[in-house]
Amino acid sequence: MLNVRLIPRLDIKGPNLVKGVHLEGLRVLGKPEHFARHYDDEGADELIFVDVVASLYGRNSLTDIIRRTASEIFIPLTVGGGLRSLDDIRDVLRAGADKVALNTAAVGRPELVREASRRFGSSTIVVSIEAVRRGDRWEAYTDNGRERTGLDAVTWAHRVVELGAGELLVTSVDREGTGTGFDLDLVRRIAESVPVPVIASGGAGSTQHIGEAFLAGRADAVAVASMAHYHLVKHNAVEAEFAPELNTAHLRLGRGFSRVQDESLGEIQRQLEKLGIACLHRRGQETQSP
Amino acid sequence: MSVAIVDFGMGNLFSVSKALEHVGIEAIITSSPECLREARAVVLPGMGAFGDAMQELRARRLVEPLRNFAQSGRPFLGICLGLQLLLEKSEEFGLHEGLGVMAGRVVRFDAPKTDERALKVPQVGWNALRPPRSFTNAVWLHTPLEGLKDGVQAYFAHSYHALPSDPSNVLATSRYGNVEFASALRRGSVFGLQFHPERSGARGIDVYHAFAKLVRDQ
Repeated sequence: MLNVRLIPRLDIKGPNLVKGVHLEGLRVLGKPEHFARHYDDEGADELIFVDVVASLYGRNSLTDIIRRTASEIFIPLTVGGGLRSLDDIRDVLRAGADKVALNTAAVGRPELVREASRRFGSSTIVVSIEAVRRGDRWEAYTDNGRERTGLDAVTWAHRVVELGAGELLVTSVDREGTGTGFDLDLVRRIAESVPVPVIASGGAGSTQHIGEAFLAGRADAVAVASMAHYHLVKHNAVEAEFAPELNTAHLRLGRGFSRVQDESLGEIQRQLEKLGIACLHRRGQETQSP
Repeated sequence: MSVAIVDFGMGNLFSVSKALEHVGIEAIITSSPECLREARAVVLPGMGAFGDAMQELRARRLVEPLRNFAQSGRPFLGICLGLQLLLEKSEEFGLHEGLGVMAGRVVRFDAPKTDERALKVPQVGWNALRPPRSFTNAVWLHTPLEGLKDGVQAYFAHSYHALPSDPSNVLATSRYGNVEFASALRRGSVFGLQFHPERSGARGIDVYHAFAKLVRDQ
């Protein structure tokens, strides 16, 4: 059985969980802490928090959310968005993050990856690569898919691994939020050619897509957002936990997100197991509990 | 005096201190040798490079106090890099001398292969803990693993693992690809965990409960 991880990715703007398409057109879904708690209850293997505007405005508003989440949830938490220096990294680790995801600052000064992995350990340093397809190649972008770098995403992946990155979060900006499936060529090109684990992100619209990312894309972990978030909003959660401005009735009727089949983490796992893929290892933990 | 979490500038002290708090243990984060002398128990967490860590410990004059504490009979828990530092030496970025509380060394995962899919280093994710061969989980009684079932899943994030020379120091083993490695160590009241109990969900919190019991019962 393939041993992989299923990781809810929570994009955060200010105090809110948001979800967009192509990392833009952000829509408020509620408070990230509530979603994090639900995903912990459902047995998520890890969580990823990304502050999607921090890089843009040069601020870092995540620490309070991290501190509150890490105080009550005892699973790994990766935090990205707006981290520019070793001091920034130390601050979010001190707030309770276990790993950090670097993108803009790493592109600006690649030596940061080397310094950070020496200081905090390779397995603490995730490099986030936002890739946009250009024919049969991909260009790495920064600032949540807004700024071009001119770097070839696959070459850049090899470079940051040499510098000490312990893991890569590979997001297809083209697929992100669309529910049309992962960019399997992108994921496989990187996952097969680097010695470190790769988290595939961007495009999950069904359990089938997730299975493909593991089997055809050779990903070591998959990040899910819309599928899990919309499922919680529609089925599981208390309405009061969600942002008042969000029209949840709209979501319940299933309009507007027809490409995304919302699904609980548990159901995703059960379907993946039929394909010989094991994730949500904590589920096994609970049944082993004395 | 409370439990001392050793701060040498590397690693996630917050989640360790939150986990201890969660099980009712008062812990202080400290880099003071005096605090170590008086502590009821010591937790040595750590992420990062072995050589850098030893250098930071030396700079803070913590090496001898930690060695002395390990001889004191009071509970000592090393986590992740904290486990690796208990050994005599490591091959990470050159050869480095460790605390030498247990005989043996620390080596890198030798890029193991299974079913054509090269396994990734670092190992990042969940893996099963097993008692050492020819033992049952009864060997975990009166240790931080007390009460856990054989095969319990724990969260790992590491590129290097311990190779203790004395098999009696192995408390648990795990398998990554075709490499069986020591995922928990024990020598007297000194314990090392390669996984992160504070990141291993409810069963990880059980580890902290068992450690708290050791602290209270001493």
